[in-house]
Amino acid sequence: MVNFGSLREAIKRIDIPTLIIVFFLIGLFILAAATKVSVTTLLSDSIVRIGMNGVLVLAMLPTIRAGIGPNFGLPVGIIGGLLGGLIVMQYQVAGPIGFWIAVGISIVINFVLGWIYAWLLDKVRGQEMMVETYVGYSIVAFMSIMWLVLPFTNPEMIWAIGGKGLRYTLTLQNYFDKALNNFLRFQIGKNFSFPTGLVVFFAGSCYLVWLFFKTRPGLAIDLTGQNELYAISSGVNPKKARRNAVILSTVIAGVGILVYAQSYGFLQLYQAPLFMTFPAVASILIGGASIRRATITNVVLGTILFQTLLTVSLPVLSQVTRGDITEVLRLIVSNGMILYALTRTPKEAS
Amino acid sequence: MQKRMSLKDILIANAVPITFFILTFLAVLVAKIPILFLLSEIVRRLSRNTFLVLALIIPVVAGLGLNFAIVLGAMAAQAALFFVVDWGITGLSGILLAIVISSVISIFLGWIAGKTLNRAKGREMITSMILGFFANGVYQLIFLFFVGSLIPFKKTDFLLPQGVGLRNTVDLFGIVDGALNDLLTLNIGFITIYIVPLIFVVGLCVFLTFLLKTKLGQDFKAVGQDMHIARTAGIDVDKTRIIAVILSTVFASIGQVIYLQDIGTINTYNSHEQIGLFSIAALLVGGASVKKANIWNAILGVILFHALFVVAPSAGNRLFGQPQIGEFFREFIAYAVIAFALAMHGWRSRKGK
Repeated sequence: MVNFGSLREAIKRIDIPTLIIVFFLIGLFILAAATKVSVTTLLSDSIVRIGMNGVLVLAMLPTIRAGIGPNFGLPVGIIGGLLGGLIVMQYQVAGPIGFWIAVGISIVINFVLGWIYAWLLDKVRGQEMMVETYVGYSIVAFMSIMWLVLPFTNPEMIWAIGGKGLRYTLTLQNYFDKALNNFLRFQIGKNFSFPTGLVVFFAGSCYLVWLFFKTRPGLAIDLTGQNELYAISSGVNPKKARRNAVILSTVIAGVGILVYAQSYGFLQLYQAPLFMTFPAVASILIGGASIRRATITNVVLGTILFQTLLTVSLPVLSQVTRGDITEVLRLIVSNGMILYALTRTPKEAS
Repeated sequence: MQKRMSLKDILIANAVPITFFILTFLAVLVAKIPILFLLSEIVRRLSRNTFLVLALIIPVVAGLGLNFAIVLGAMAAQAALFFVVDWGITGLSGILLAIVISSVISIFLGWIAGKTLNRAKGREMITSMILGFFANGVYQLIFLFFVGSLIPFKKTDFLLPQGVGLRNTVDLFGIVDGALNDLLTLNIGFITIYIVPLIFVVGLCVFLTFLLKTKLGQDFKAVGQDMHIARTAGIDVDKTRIIAVILSTVFASIGQVIYLQDIGTINTYNSHEQIGLFSIAALLVGGASVKKANIWNAILGVILFHALFVVAPSAGNRLFGQPQIGEFFREFIAYAVIAFALAMHGWRSRKGK
């Protein structure tokens, strides 16, 4: 039985920006149908991009629920993920198995990194978002030095000239390129192919995180985020809960970048990790999360809306304007969304 | 709370400038750069960058923290310069016109920024940073897609081949390049000192010192210390904060004009981005914190930070055989200094509770 009251309630709770984006998206699809752009190709591409970015968005969930806000230090986890991928390449593990080994290594590395990162964030309670951002920037700059000096020797990874230092982008073609995308992939018609493995992986990650928030440590995180004093009185250690949330977020970020990389076909080093953070933060916010409250639904909905928007706007808008307006659109939409979330009236935000 | 500070307290309070001094000193030793060259570079950077760094002081005093939204002022300055270039107004009159136009735009942008930051009390810094990114998107939209189509632009050399959107670099040579620098120069041996930009810097220092002594300045301080107490004392807190942001944005725009006439070319889509980062890092290196900053922090910071900036690539080259490492290293230092200062701020405000 459909409860109309709660339905109306749900519609009322949808944010204005989310609505704007939904309408914009519908408009784009209508425009796409009117022009010569193939809607099925667009849908197919959108699904790939949703699966590709979804896990990174999922990494935002634990810290928001713990009351720390979105994890602006996403690059910390991404670095761990990249290291996993690099080690697999160094030992020349070919094929999809490399993906799982990389994931395993990245989880171990990120557990340690996340622990240190969580310790730091605990010291700076109240200033987390700013510190996170700059820790992210710092670690990316620091690792840029490391990419130049770490002793990787696989000739496919290092500069052809000089023989020292990793390249900017490493092709995964002989490694775990499309490890998930091609798993059980099937084709419908000429233009639509469904990356089963990728979608299953994203869904599975969401399910695991959802399950985690039903367990004791997960509930402790929720309680800490909602009301710290109440959490203490119910016998929860908020420090520990926040630490778990940060570690979880870091680990998911590492897995997320590997999922992204296998779909993209390249590992991107140096400055690249920096460009992952803000779109991920924006995605979960577009899905209806605030900086203090988020659900799996927000993650899935937000990723679908944001990525579809980006995928669809490129071919459709390029028919109307010249040049690549999507990059600018992405800057405005994602930062505008974060700005909206940060400046909401305190009552709503907290 | 007047208490004599022990040597240890002084060392801890000035940990960042002292560490940075040692670091820079070592880098200078390693890099083996001629000392005269280093001096001339520092003098030039003092006249080029200090104004921008000084623009950050008022928001810190008014309790808004580090104003990452000074990039809005920088964008206003660039917008103004583009039109000066388009109208072909050269020399000093070009610069003055650019300053006037950019100030007007900055007052408007600063007002918006102030309004926005008032809605985000307690998280001003992250909001100002995101505001900068957002404004960057709007800036790109205007200068990549609107210029030449919606906004007329006569100098087609500066437009992309399709006739819409500005090129990546806009050359100021022959228009306003060095228009302030070359008014009055002083040569001491190898070192050239550009007097006029330095006069601007000194003027702003004097103005800031004077301003902080006025009623408005006292209001800034009161609001910065405690908003609630300030409110009960009858100060319009929101308005005071908006004024602080407007002043900061306007100074930043003037600072960016000074900076760009020295550099001589505008990187249309990059020049403004680094300004926020490097100015803030310089101020913090000079010993400022999120809650405390004065003109000496700015000046000392510019000297130390830019000395390292000059020598880092060659130091990296000497130590590791790769100049790239030095470049990444100075970038790392800029970010790490900010991260450290923010962490200290968070740590202290937690301990204080």
